[in-house]
Amino acid sequence: MNTEIYLAIVMIMMIILAVAAIHAKDLLSAVIAQGGIGYGLVICFLLLQAPDLAIVQIVAETITIIIMVAVLHDSTRHEERCPTCPRDIVNRSAALILVVTLLYFFVDAIPALQPFGEHTLRMSANYVYDAIEKTGATNLVKGVLWDFRALDTLGEAAVLFTTAIGVLAILRLQGKKSVKSN
Amino acid sequence: MSVIVQKVAQLLSALIFVFSMYVITHGHILPGGGFTGGVLLAGSFIVLVLAQGQGYLKLKQQRERTSLFESLSVLLILLLGFSGLFAGSMVFFGNYLPKGQPGELLSAGNIPIYSILIGIKVAATLFTIFLALTIYKEEVSK
Repeated sequence: MNTEIYLAIVMIMMIILAVAAIHAKDLLSAVIAQGGIGYGLVICFLLLQAPDLAIVQIVAETITIIIMVAVLHDSTRHEERCPTCPRDIVNRSAALILVVTLLYFFVDAIPALQPFGEHTLRMSANYVYDAIEKTGATNLVKGVLWDFRALDTLGEAAVLFTTAIGVLAILRLQGKKSVKSN
Repeated sequence: MSVIVQKVAQLLSALIFVFSMYVITHGHILPGGGFTGGVLLAGSFIVLVLAQGQGYLKLKQQRERTSLFESLSVLLILLLGFSGLFAGSMVFFGNYLPKGQPGELLSAGNIPIYSILIGIKVAATLFTIFLALTIYKEEVSK
């Protein structure tokens, strides 16, 4: 019961920060508010007893903020707005339609969900209760990542590998030959 | 950067390095593991480069080396996964090494080896991207 009260407080704080990020005049304060949302998510993960996810979230959030601040440092700090442009109107109406559609299906799907905090699915029950015996790893997350779901993790590693190759290919300047038209 | 920042960065970098080793090798017992430990490992080098400037680690040679380590670790993960096809229960990524006592450092079969390899891989990837950004930015400013 206590956990849910704390969760509610943290989530209300995250919503306030999200609204602040949208309405901030300075883009740097928008980035900082967004960082606050990320660290609020870390506290949520810790309250829900998922330290593994919390560590990953801290690292990812820090890297994201650093990259965003670096981008802001090289570009402008103020947003350019024009409320009457056709592009802006299209964007807003698209966002509104998306929100209404998602809300409709979300309300429709809630009765089919499990109650909060109960995992009675057959697969996850197998994972939770047999993992130590079958994999020998007391960290359940690693047992799932490298034994039951190792192929998925290989895909994750492949994504990282492709990212590095893509960054090197896009950013390199010396290897390019200038095309001369004859 | 000033001398104070450089010295503190050197001390901190060693601490971060040791902690990343701890996180990677204890991935199957405690929260953490290859991905987080790898990011910490890359961070220990990035802190050094940020504090000491670009000439400190002879960056161009390092970039080739990080690419080499990245590719090698992916290859080793694949080979270890394929070796599961010929041992134990004959599945791709099979966990065929002895399980040991759960909760000890040497337990859980293949999982610690995968953890270490993925830690090297993540660290090499992040450090490669960071070096690419710094090196190519330097080339642009020339």
